[in-house]
Amino acid sequence: MSEYIEHDKDKISVGIVAKKLFTFAEPPNEMVLESGARFGPVTLTYETYGELNEDKSNAILILHALSGDSHVAGYYTADDEKPGWWDNMVGPGKGIDTDKYFIVCSNIIGSCMGSTGPCTINPKTILPYGLDFPVVTIGDMVEAQKALIDHLGIKKLLTVVGGSIGGMQVLEWCARYPEMTVSAIPLASTTKHSALAIAFNEVARQAIMADPNWNKGEYYFGPKPDMGLAVARMIGHITYLSDESMRLKFGRRLQDKSDFSFNFDADFQIESYLRYQGKKFVERFDANSFLYITKAADYYDLEKQHGDGSEVKAFSKMTAAFLVVSFTSDWLYPTYQSRAMVKAMKKNGLDVSFCEIEAEWGHDAFLLPNARLTSVIRGFLERVYNASPK
Amino acid sequence: MRFDLQIIASWIEPGSRVIDLGCGEGELLKYLIKQKNVTGNGIEHNESRVARCIEKGLSVLQGDINEEVLDYPDNTFDYVILSQTLQQVYEPDTMIRSMLRIGKNGIVSFPNFSHWRCRLQLLSSGYAPVTRQLPYEWYNTPNIRVITIKDFRKFIYEVGFNILKEVAINTQSEDRYGKAITIFPNLRATYGIFLIGNGK
Repeated sequence: MSEYIEHDKDKISVGIVAKKLFTFAEPPNEMVLESGARFGPVTLTYETYGELNEDKSNAILILHALSGDSHVAGYYTADDEKPGWWDNMVGPGKGIDTDKYFIVCSNIIGSCMGSTGPCTINPKTILPYGLDFPVVTIGDMVEAQKALIDHLGIKKLLTVVGGSIGGMQVLEWCARYPEMTVSAIPLASTTKHSALAIAFNEVARQAIMADPNWNKGEYYFGPKPDMGLAVARMIGHITYLSDESMRLKFGRRLQDKSDFSFNFDADFQIESYLRYQGKKFVERFDANSFLYITKAADYYDLEKQHGDGSEVKAFSKMTAAFLVVSFTSDWLYPTYQSRAMVKAMKKNGLDVSFCEIEAEWGHDAFLLPNARLTSVIRGFLERVYNASPK
Repeated sequence: MRFDLQIIASWIEPGSRVIDLGCGEGELLKYLIKQKNVTGNGIEHNESRVARCIEKGLSVLQGDINEEVLDYPDNTFDYVILSQTLQQVYEPDTMIRSMLRIGKNGIVSFPNFSHWRCRLQLLSSGYAPVTRQLPYEWYNTPNIRVITIKDFRKFIYEVGFNILKEVAINTQSEDRYGKAITIFPNLRATYGIFLIGNGK
């Protein structure tokens, strides 16, 4: 997602922000994971922006996607090359207004962006966990976030918002903690992966595991499976774009040449783009985290977990007011998946707004500056904030 | 606000649950929430209008009204509003039945095709009528149904529902002003507005 991040054109920013750490589940009070395994201690890296109001009714939890982190907006230092990943949405006067709301975002458990994950040192062995790290689920990510929200003394979240895998966490929050979720915004998301989405993830995982440097996840003291992770990211990027966006952005144009090279160098711009994205990704992301998080996303099945297979039943305990948004060119989580959740929400009498935003940038559209997305989120938040008891 | 919407608003009990099918940019819903304290929902097909509604803080979802009405449980609403949209509905009887399944009452407004201008145009020129209320040519009109006030009364009787209230109106400049027509409404009114129920 980082390739889209730019400084705000109008120089509006939440300013200098800092990472914070929260550690819990110290033995013997470990977290009990969905798999049944006990695990601890767990550290979450998180950031907060804005002020929590007196009655604590203005808290918003942002949930990030596969390769995201806690750094949603602002800068760590004045010299940072880039702001946080959703700086176009989160800031003073922006769609999610830091002057009005108190915003929390934590890096998910299993990630490599500061929270406990496979690259973290196991206190028992003093070595990185590697594949000894337990398989975590979307539910486990939510349970860890719940511990953080409790720690912050927040009883109710005005909204939980996130796109893609972040959207799965949004739905899981609403299913597990209906009394805490006043409203919810799943963006470009789904209640369960299609076979197509699982297929792409599996090819990406195979690319990592086929890299001889992967070495069954034990690579932290030697060469890393960079080639495998780069290919995995290239596959990911294909699914985040769309036929239309690739045609507009690259077409069949050649990269810095007027004719084919008649060898296996990158001839086409799209090849060069994918190679560049893959190369950049390995600098910041851990291959094992990629395996764990994509597996959690593939396992996610809201209907199975909360509705005995029925989508309608899966939403029956939820109470949040919903804003569901999909994007026309998203072929990873197509609109029919958002419509299916809207249908189940309606059948349960839930308050739901839904908009399929016309956007050519595929699944990634939710991360890009989009005036329409900003204004619907702003309007929805104002309504739920004004309606919440003060 | 459009004159027909003003009449519709005057029929709605304060604090009731309302859904507007084909709610446009949410003018009526916004008014009803503010003035009558209703719980309001809307369905609209057009992406930019849906976005305008959500921006205003309305609960509106994007979709085809014919499909979307099917998902609501019985008697979810007190009023189901279909304003100036019936003439674009492919299966009006299915739509009316759905409306009175999901709501206690339905409110329907439509342009009256038997207004004297329509009759005169057809009689004198021989071309399909084009009026301010029905401004399209036959080949580009979204209005696939031609309805008269008399037709609608007959239709409601035939599908087995009751007319609880009806007003025929004549509107002026941009439909914001108008008056009720009581003498020869089928000939003189530009719009008909009906409150319907299942009479049980």
